[in-house]
Amino acid sequence: MTGWAAALFQRDLRLSVRVGGSALVGVLFFLAVVTVIPFGVGPDLNLLARIGPAILWIGALLATLLGLDRLFQADRDDGTLDLMLMAGRPLELVVLIKCAAHWTATGLPLVVAAPLLGIFLNLDPVSMAAVTATLLVGTPALTLIGAIGASLTVSMRRGGLLLAVLVVPLAIPVLIFGVSSADAAIHDPVPFLTPFLVLCALSLIAAVIGPIASATALRFASD
Amino acid sequence: MFQDLSFKLDSGTALVVTGANGIGKSSLLRTLAGLVALVKGEIRLENGDAEKPAHEHAHYFGHQDAIKPALTALENLHFWQSFSSPASGANFSGGATPPMQALETLGIGHTAHLPAAYLSAGQKRRLSLSRLLITPRPVWLMDEPTSALDKASEQQLLGLMNGHLADGGMIVTATHTELALDKIQVLHLEAAEHSDQMLEEELI
Amino acid sequence: MSLWDYANPTRFLRLVQIVLPWLIGLCVLFFAVGLYMAFFTAPEDYQQGDTVRIMYIHVPAAWLCMMCYSIMALSSIGTLVWKHPLADVSAKSAAPIGAAFTFMALVTGSLWGKPMWGTYWVWDARLTSVLVLLIMYLGLMTLWRTMDDPIKAGKAAAVLTLVGALNLPVIKFSVDWWNTLHQPASVVRMDGPTIHPDILWPLLVMAIAFSFLFFVIHLMAMRNEIMRRRVRALRMRAASTASLGPAGATQPAE
Repeated sequence: MTGWAAALFQRDLRLSVRVGGSALVGVLFFLAVVTVIPFGVGPDLNLLARIGPAILWIGALLATLLGLDRLFQADRDDGTLDLMLMAGRPLELVVLIKCAAHWTATGLPLVVAAPLLGIFLNLDPVSMAAVTATLLVGTPALTLIGAIGASLTVSMRRGGLLLAVLVVPLAIPVLIFGVSSADAAIHDPVPFLTPFLVLCALSLIAAVIGPIASATALRFASD
Repeated sequence: MFQDLSFKLDSGTALVVTGANGIGKSSLLRTLAGLVALVKGEIRLENGDAEKPAHEHAHYFGHQDAIKPALTALENLHFWQSFSSPASGANFSGGATPPMQALETLGIGHTAHLPAAYLSAGQKRRLSLSRLLITPRPVWLMDEPTSALDKASEQQLLGLMNGHLADGGMIVTATHTELALDKIQVLHLEAAEHSDQMLEEELI
Repeated sequence: MSLWDYANPTRFLRLVQIVLPWLIGLCVLFFAVGLYMAFFTAPEDYQQGDTVRIMYIHVPAAWLCMMCYSIMALSSIGTLVWKHPLADVSAKSAAPIGAAFTFMALVTGSLWGKPMWGTYWVWDARLTSVLVLLIMYLGLMTLWRTMDDPIKAGKAAAVLTLVGALNLPVIKFSVDWWNTLHQPASVVRMDGPTIHPDILWPLLVMAIAFSFLFFVIHLMAMRNEIMRRRVRALRMRAASTASLGPAGATQPAE
């Protein structure tokens, strides 16, 4: 099994690095979102420090969602998806591996960039570490849930916006527990570990539901 | 889509599907490829790998090349080599060709390390074709295989197809042009007279 | 006759023809009784006065928006597992109705909230969950609208509906959790204190009336959807016969 999985992971990673530097665009978008928030709420450093984790999480959510529409569409457009369906590999695993590669190429850079952007938001080291940790375990869930939207909109020319609308309600729990656990680390109404473990659980649940649902949707889309 | 359609193909034989435009030749191939679900009926492959469905014994060579322009020709092939699972058939003796050799066979060995974006349409077509050589599968489903190929490449293609038949493979192809293949059955699709939207078949 | 016999749309339409007048009658009857009870026999709240009567619309609507989603989820299983031809017709026609009830629950909820909280909207856990549900309904409807092929759209929407059904409890749980975190026990519960029989009876009657209303609209919407698909099929047939030969031209489809 490992051979084909590694080949797929490597190919997808290579493609996202070579084509248009999607990782870079995601991080730039993240930066742009974080930059506009202070213009909206004012440059009050105390306020920014308080809502900083939320800003970073919302920025990461938007950046993830906007990068997802090509996840399966590129493969569908050139006929690769048809061949993948015939390749004799479990489609659920194929989806999972594609998500892993996509996350490595686009989600991981966001996590890495988060501490840097935290500086703009006057976050102290503890909250910076907390936000980064929650993003690290939470963004895979966003990618996996987003994969469902990506597979449902795979046949649409301009599915990106619809994808976001479909996926946002499903991503709300991840956002709630991501921000909560980051907040919990800073001013503790609850222990950090409680929401953090729920967040981990959400990621694991998404790793099951996401691939199964998107594989089902992709099979139907090939008709 | 289809009504009363049934045919049987022996190993070492090519089935040429003909018929007017829009009659459903491509749909038939996609159905055989397992990409379109059957409403009724079944597709059976005898003496194949028992635990695999019929379409996992098949290569699909359609209108789209499934080539990533950002990867080199060789990278494209290496991926498909490890990704597609090989399949065997009872009378099928075809083996796997190494990717480099497959490119040489099709006369595009010199492009192996170039990104596929630089390849011409015909070269891309041949690169896509070499995919069928690197993973042995007994059934080839080919939708208009000669499109975008010049005369010389067409001869190459025929050589490959006849080679596949000689190995005991099967080919189902939809085409407008005459193909000089060794052993041919023809399936002519026609619009049904009495019930519209239904297609009936004629086996020769 | 089993349920499967109604898979045939024609037979289903005939059944609708028979059942619908009865359903409409029952619906009107229950509404008459329910509204009378809600407005005249049910007591005023000692704090909220007459505004408490919004509850008789709000609670059944909130009830129905959940029931409607459950019906859509069941229909989606019908689409994906049993490939029942009426299942996705049922799911598709239920979505706008569910959205309407959800919207009604939101509007009545915020109207009720104005005298209670002094503002039209608070990020109360229930209202927030219902808002998320509304977004999901609207997303599903958009998905149906943007895909041309009804069969494909039905399957895609079924996948999304089921994922949503799995997610709804999680969303509900996390919104509740988020709410208690931010506003510890400051919000008056919507379901009020213990329910007195004088309130409970009109509430139940109204809930039944709303359920009948749902089934009436749902059956009508399903009927319309079947008709719409027939028109579509006829048009496609007209197009394909015209392209295949002159024979098709003699028999116009519509």
